[in-house]
Amino acid sequence: MTSHPLALDPAAILQAYRTMRTIREFEERLHVEFAAGDMPGFVHLYAGEEASAVGIISHLTDADRIASTHRGHGHCIAKGVDVMAMMKEIYGRKGGSCQGKGGSMHIADIDKGMLGANGILGAGAPLACGAALAAKYQGKGAVAINFVGDGASNQGTFLESLNLAAVWNLPIVFVVENNGYAEATSRNYGVAVDSFVDRAAGFGLPGIAVDGTDFFAVHEAAGEVIRRAREGGGPSLMECRMVRFYGHFEGDAQGYRGPGELEDIRANRDCLKHFVAAVTTTGVLGAAALAAVDAEVAALIDRAVIEAKAAPHPVAADLLTDVYVSY
Amino acid sequence: MARKLSIRQAINEAIDQEMSRDPRVIMMGEDIVGGHGSEGEIDCWGGALGVTKGLYGKYGDRLLDTPLSESAYVGAAIGAAVCGMRPIAELQFIDFMGVCFDQIYNQAAKFRYMFGGKAQTPVVIRAMIGAGFRAAAQHSQMLTPIFTHIPGLKVVCPSNPYDAKGLLIQAIRDNDPVIFGEHKVLYGIEGEVPEASYAIPFGEANIVRDGDDCTIVTYGMMVHRALEAAALLEKEGIDAEVIDLRTLSPLDMDTILESVERTGRLVCVDEASPRCNIATDISAQVVQAAFAALQAPIMMVTPPHVPVPFSPVLEDIYLPDSTKIAAAVRRTLEGKRH
Amino acid sequence: MSATITPITMPKWGLSMSEGTVVAWLVDEGAEVRSGMPLLEVETDKINNEIEAAEAGILRRKVAQEGALLPVKALLGVLAPAEVGDAEIDAYVAAYVAPATEDDQGGAAADAYQFVDVAGLRVRYAGRGDLRNGVPVLFIHGFGGDLDNWLFNIDAAGEFLPTLALDLPAHGQSAVRLPGATLADLSAFVLAFLDALGVDRVHLVGHSLGGTIAASMARAAAKRVASLTLIASAGLGDEIDADYLGGFVAASSRRELKPVMERLFADASLVSRQLLDDVLRFKRLDGVGAALTDLAAGLFAGGRQSDQPGRGIADSGIPVQVIWGSADRIIPSRHATAAGAAAKVHVLDGAGHMVQMERAREVNALLVEHLRSSA
Repeated sequence: MTSHPLALDPAAILQAYRTMRTIREFEERLHVEFAAGDMPGFVHLYAGEEASAVGIISHLTDADRIASTHRGHGHCIAKGVDVMAMMKEIYGRKGGSCQGKGGSMHIADIDKGMLGANGILGAGAPLACGAALAAKYQGKGAVAINFVGDGASNQGTFLESLNLAAVWNLPIVFVVENNGYAEATSRNYGVAVDSFVDRAAGFGLPGIAVDGTDFFAVHEAAGEVIRRAREGGGPSLMECRMVRFYGHFEGDAQGYRGPGELEDIRANRDCLKHFVAAVTTTGVLGAAALAAVDAEVAALIDRAVIEAKAAPHPVAADLLTDVYVSY
Repeated sequence: MARKLSIRQAINEAIDQEMSRDPRVIMMGEDIVGGHGSEGEIDCWGGALGVTKGLYGKYGDRLLDTPLSESAYVGAAIGAAVCGMRPIAELQFIDFMGVCFDQIYNQAAKFRYMFGGKAQTPVVIRAMIGAGFRAAAQHSQMLTPIFTHIPGLKVVCPSNPYDAKGLLIQAIRDNDPVIFGEHKVLYGIEGEVPEASYAIPFGEANIVRDGDDCTIVTYGMMVHRALEAAALLEKEGIDAEVIDLRTLSPLDMDTILESVERTGRLVCVDEASPRCNIATDISAQVVQAAFAALQAPIMMVTPPHVPVPFSPVLEDIYLPDSTKIAAAVRRTLEGKRH
Repeated sequence: MSATITPITMPKWGLSMSEGTVVAWLVDEGAEVRSGMPLLEVETDKINNEIEAAEAGILRRKVAQEGALLPVKALLGVLAPAEVGDAEIDAYVAAYVAPATEDDQGGAAADAYQFVDVAGLRVRYAGRGDLRNGVPVLFIHGFGGDLDNWLFNIDAAGEFLPTLALDLPAHGQSAVRLPGATLADLSAFVLAFLDALGVDRVHLVGHSLGGTIAASMARAAAKRVASLTLIASAGLGDEIDADYLGGFVAASSRRELKPVMERLFADASLVSRQLLDDVLRFKRLDGVGAALTDLAAGLFAGGRQSDQPGRGIADSGIPVQVIWGSADRIIPSRHATAAGAAAKVHVLDGAGHMVQMERAREVNALLVEHLRSSA
């Protein structure tokens, strides 16, 4: 069901590539920098999953809102959050997306429609329902997307939200990013149904499963469910079957992986490799254009790391600000 | 002279006037309308205790009945607030926060700080609080200290109709998340309420009775018990000052301290369980800030550290009353020459 | 037989007063008192004031104890000449039945306030007496005030003339909207208020902002003004305390309001918690803050009075009396002489801006004298 790359405007394809590559470069660089030891806290990397964030979010504008997960860098970058500010945030610096007070798990940019990564699994679903509800009252055809992992999709908040969205006919799409693992436990252990689409049926909403490593498949399926939501057709659930290139968090030795599993997914299920193959074999984009983007992105991430490391830390007075709007 | 309303009517009027004034105000909760999806009467309940009755007829779909699904709809109210609406979520009984607390304390309360000041979450979560309704352990709690513990939340507990209307209007207009506790036993009490809209600023306690001998600090239903105690004490020549906190976050320590510096004596009355509650908080702050002014140990009047019992006999023993409060005031005055 | 016995009773100061506390007796039992002499001090939830002897006589009995909280019209004491026997006094006290108050008659007090629409704005007012029976006295309160500012004064004038007191637009319980923020707008509005009630000619008593409105009305419609009493009035000079105006408009809490309100009185202890709560209740109403801001900007920007219609107003032939407190911190008392040579000027030593409340007895005597002489 892969949509033909020619069906998309070449500029849009190049932009999608640029965003996916930016996420990949961002995450791989974090992997390296985290290991170097001067990055505080936890980091959960999105590398390997780029086709999902970009395939879905490329249908959205700033007026559309997303609620993300602890593994949220990809969603942030796809939604247009400034990469330089994100990097500063992950280093806990002033000038970061959240002035250094949120960190990797709480990057948000309300103006961009990014309602936040979230440290609480499943917590984004009710919030996205609220964003969809607001969109309904505001009457401008905006939609909300809730990203959730296969693990967090077992949370009551998520299941309650499926029901609420169906009952209120909200303009929302629930995206289950099924990377096969809830932390260190396989989805085969933690989820009794074969497909998350079956769960959608249980709540009376349409569901669709796609190969989440195929940008064009994700893009096409997302286009359909987002269009339906915009037109008042109500909520949907979309399962993206995908892979995670790194552990649950940085420092995870991933002892739960089978022999050769990581090498296999890197070799055969890399969404960027699939993307490059699809656009070059069809001649939509040439290798030179892609290489130019790669160079540009590498330079951007280099600069982001240098600037982040040089950025000032928050000062003591910052501790007490922005708890309330007024108090 | 002026018109009298019950607290129930005052809350209804506050919501009515704000919904009329601001199209961003919406409301959601279980059976806040009632009667959806069946052949019977619509708006048959207007909330579990009839507080919102009649609003559906005026505002229609801006009042949303929800599935019994607190996590989803309280979270949706919070999400909608971040996206430009001003939702009021009714949580029926505050005891139900256990099933949606994450959305309140990890999400609503923290967005602004965690997002570096970029978010505002103007949501009001209304809930019935308190004992005395023979509603037993899971429908009677005074969980205010759990919310005051969380930075980012505002906590409001009116004791009378005038305050209920003005504080709720302020809560709806406020740009921070507000927990609005409505004592179920007080819904029927009446008082003068202006017809026009007005907002009472948060963080200003109300001195409901002037006195020079001892300061009684409390909120909610206990304001009435404290006033009864003050009336008892007056006959003994003891003149107690009674402070109604009105809002617990922010807390008006200035008014408390000014009073204690004058009276030298403090009794904190709290319907919440005794450990780490509003009374202990205020006591600690007064000791820290005005130790020299104290002429007697601070007394605290609270229920015992047990769940709220069902038996009316036991529940009546459980709750602080005017006798216990008056006794505590007398203790602070022991040895004082009048 | 008891015709010569004069009861001293708890007064009703303002329409909302239902009870008062006896603070202190100011004369001893057996003392001879002159008419108008202060007998005892009474505290209401709003303010303290003195009760004066209605007639000359001897204070024969203190019925009320100091500290007692008593309803309006309760017997506080007895005045009688020496020839009345003690037994007769005892019998009088024992037999005394307080007349029914308006409150006892099922909400009649609420009806004492009336409302009338003027130019699309709902105006609250209190009327006393038959408006066709003599030239009424209209009381106009000041900036941020309401008709209850006259609670000690209305009855004095009401003894012999019908009285009216209104809440100006965006004040008290009138509609929270201004007809305009210029003095001309306000004086035209008050004239329209009189039209709405069918009142042609009035004696005007104005305090502060109300004084400049009164003077402006006299300029605009001299034939309708029988006399002017300008109390601590605006409109007679340039300066006005900008800190007070700004502070009053900005204050949103008791703590902020108290020092501002204290500037109004020479004796700051007169600012009770109830007075502050009443003002805050008014100020919290939607729109009041904006209206007061507009009004202050329109009339008193930068601590300067935009209009001074009171200057030389006595030259117009209208009988004018000016009353001031020497310790007024809002508008300086030296403005008192600006109304013209023909004006009667009284500066009460030591009184503040709310002189009509602080020194009600003296102000009332002056007011009554001026009304009588202008009749």
